[in-house]
Amino acid sequence: MSRIGRITSLLMAVLREIFDESAYQRFLALSGMASSRGAYARFMREREGTKLRAPRCC
Amino acid sequence: MAGLLAVATIALHRGEQINAMWLVVAAVCTYALGYRFYSKFIAAKVLALDALRATPAERLENGRDFVPTNKWVVFGHHFAAIAGPGPLVGPVLAAQFGYLPGTLWVLAGAVFGGCVQDFVILLFSVRRDGKSLTKMAKEEVGRVGGFVAYVAVISIIVILLGVAALIVVNALKSSPWGTFTIAMTIPIALLMGIYLRRLRPGKVMEASALGFILILLAIWGGQWASQNPAVAHYFTLTAPTLAILIIAYGFAASALPVWLLLAPRDYLSTFVKLGTIALLALGIIAIRPTLHMPALTRFIDGSGPVFAGKIFPFAFITIACGAISGFHSLISSGTTPKLISREIETRMVGYGAMIAESMVAIMAMIAACVLQPGTYFAINSPAGIVGAAPETAAATISSWGFPVTAVEMQSLAHVVGEQTLFNRTGGAPAFAVGMAHIFSNSLGGQAVMALWYHFAIMFEALFILTVLDAGTRVGRFMVQDALGHIWEPAGRTSWYPSILGTSALIVGAWGYFLWQGVRDPLGGINSLWPLFGISNQLLATVALCVATTIVIKMGKARYAPVTLVPLAWLVSVTFTASYHKVFDRNPRIGFLAHAQQLGASAGSTSGRLIFNDRLDTLVTGVLIIMVALILVESALEWIRVLSGRKQAEVQEAPFVTTRFAMEEQA
Repeated sequence: MSRIGRITSLLMAVLREIFDESAYQRFLALSGMASSRGAYARFMREREGTKLRAPRCC
Repeated sequence: MAGLLAVATIALHRGEQINAMWLVVAAVCTYALGYRFYSKFIAAKVLALDALRATPAERLENGRDFVPTNKWVVFGHHFAAIAGPGPLVGPVLAAQFGYLPGTLWVLAGAVFGGCVQDFVILLFSVRRDGKSLTKMAKEEVGRVGGFVAYVAVISIIVILLGVAALIVVNALKSSPWGTFTIAMTIPIALLMGIYLRRLRPGKVMEASALGFILILLAIWGGQWASQNPAVAHYFTLTAPTLAILIIAYGFAASALPVWLLLAPRDYLSTFVKLGTIALLALGIIAIRPTLHMPALTRFIDGSGPVFAGKIFPFAFITIACGAISGFHSLISSGTTPKLISREIETRMVGYGAMIAESMVAIMAMIAACVLQPGTYFAINSPAGIVGAAPETAAATISSWGFPVTAVEMQSLAHVVGEQTLFNRTGGAPAFAVGMAHIFSNSLGGQAVMALWYHFAIMFEALFILTVLDAGTRVGRFMVQDALGHIWEPAGRTSWYPSILGTSALIVGAWGYFLWQGVRDPLGGINSLWPLFGISNQLLATVALCVATTIVIKMGKARYAPVTLVPLAWLVSVTFTASYHKVFDRNPRIGFLAHAQQLGASAGSTSGRLIFNDRLDTLVTGVLIIMVALILVESALEWIRVLSGRKQAEVQEAPFVTTRFAMEEQA
C-alpha cells in the first residue's frame, strides 16, 4: 500500500474509533449478531453503561 | 534556535505589532523540545516504561472496554475526549492582559504541568487495570483522598456546566441568527438518532456527515430567519429566557433515551470540532495574521474589565485546559488506559495529546489577539463596567487607550449579522469574530464574514451544549451511584423516578449557577469563570498528589519534583486565587467585599446577589478545605514512606509479559 493509502486508512481507523463504528463492529463480532436495529439498540444500551458514563472534558 | 528566537520575539517585542506566526513557531518548537527531551526523561527515569509489560487492554481484553488499539487511533480518541471548549474560551478571556502572559503560561504550563499530569496518570492507571482517579486516590493516598476526588469531580461538573451554559446564553442573547441555528441542531440530532437506530444502524460517520450538511443549511437558514421580522421575533430572546430554555434542554437530554438525542449530538459535535480545529489551524498558517493586541496591557494591575484580578494568580486559573486541566486526569484514567496496547505508547498518547490540546489554546489566543484591542474590549466588557449605551461604552474603552467608536462596532455587528456586539461577555462572541476574521480572509472575503461568524458561534455552542447534556447525564449517574449506597432503588439507572429526581438535582445545581450569572450585572463570567478555574485546578492538585505519592512509593523520590513542582505551583495559584476571591477588599474580586457593597447599597435585588456571593464563598471554601485535606493526607503518607515507618508498596497489577514483544522478536 502506498504511503498516502496507509495514512488514509489510519485516519479512517481513528475516525471509526472516535465515532464508535469500530466498537459496534467488535460488539457484532463478540455477540455473533448481524447489524440490525435490534443489534444497534443493544449496542447503545451497552455503551450507555460504559463510554457514555465517562465525563466529557471542559 | 528557531524556538528561542520566536520566544524571545514574543517576550521582548514592545511597541510594534507582531505576526501570529511567531506564536506558532514558539509553540511548535517548545512542544517539540518538551516531547523529545522532557517526556523521554520522564518515560525512562521516573516511570521506567516497560516495553515487556502487558497492559490491561491485552490482559483483560474483552472486545468491549478493554481492546488493544493502534497507538494513533488511541491518540485521536484521547484528543477528541480531552478537547473541549475550555482551551478556546480561557485564552480569549486571558487576552485582556495582552498576548504574552497567556501564551507563556500555555507553553510552560503544558510542557511542565498538563502534559506531565496526563502522561503519569495515564501510565499509573494502565498499571492498575485502568482504574479511575478516585479509586487510585483511595488506594494509594487514603480514604480521604478518594472522597475528596469524588467531591471535586462532582463540584467541577456542576460549576463547569453552569459556566458553559452562561457562555452559550451570552453568545445567543438577542441573536436570532445564532439562536435559530442552534435550535435547529436539536431536530437535526433527533433525525440523526432515528437514522442511526432505524435506517442505517451503526453508520455513525455517514449520519454525522449528513448532520453536518444539515447544520450548514441551518446556518444559511439562520440568515433568512434573522432578516424575516415575523420569524426573527421568535428567535430574538433575552438572557433569562435562553437560560430557562437551556435548563429545560439539559433536563430533557439527561432523561431522554441516550440514542435519541445525546449520542447523535455527541457525534455531530465531535465531527464539527475536529473539522473546525483543523480548519482554524490551516487558516492561521494561510493568512499569517498580525496580532493587534499588545504584549501586555494596562490591566495586568488587576483592573481588567473582562475579569478582575492581577496576572498572578488569575491568568493561571483563567487558562486551565490549554495549560493544565484536572479534568484530563479523569479521561486519562477513564476509557483511554483500557485501549493502550503497549506501555511505551502512554508517552505519545498522554503527553502528546495534551500538546495538541495546548496548540488549540494558542490558536484561540491568536484568534482573540487579531482583533483590534478596542473591539476586543467592547465585546468582552460587561455593561456594569463600560456602560450599556454604545457611545458610553466606546468612550470608556477609548479612555483606556484602546480607541473604538460606536459606529465602528455597529458596522462590525452589521457585517457579522448581529444587532450589537457590545457587552457580549463570555469569550465565545470575541472568539467567533476573530475566527470569522481569519476564515473570511482565507476564503470568501468580508462578504461571507457573517456566515463564518455564525459558523463559529454554532461550533462553540454545539460544542458547549454537548458538554452540557453529557455532563448532566454523567453527574446524574454519579449522584445515582452515591444514593444507591443509601437506598438501593435510587441507584437503579433505569428506574424513572430516580432518573427524574437525580436529573432535576443536577440540572437544578448548575441551573442555579447559570441563573446567578445571567442576573449578575457584571456579566457572571467575572465570578463564575474563576470559580470554575479554581475547581478545575484543584482537581489537578488531587491528581498530582496521587501521582507524587505513587512516584515516592515506587522508590523514585529523587524524581518526585517532576510532579511535585507543578503541584506546588498549582497549590500556590489556587490557594491564592481562592483567598482573593473570598477575602479581597476589591468588590470586583472578593465575594465578601461585593456582598458588603451590595448590603450598603440596599437595592431591590441586593438580597439575592448577597446570597449568591455567600454561596460562592461557601463553595470556594469547601473546595479549598477538601484539597487541603488530601494535601495533608498525601504529605503524611510521603513522610511515612520516606522515613521508613511504612513500607513503600504500590497497588499495581502483577507483571505479565506482553505477547506483542514476543511477536516482534519472532
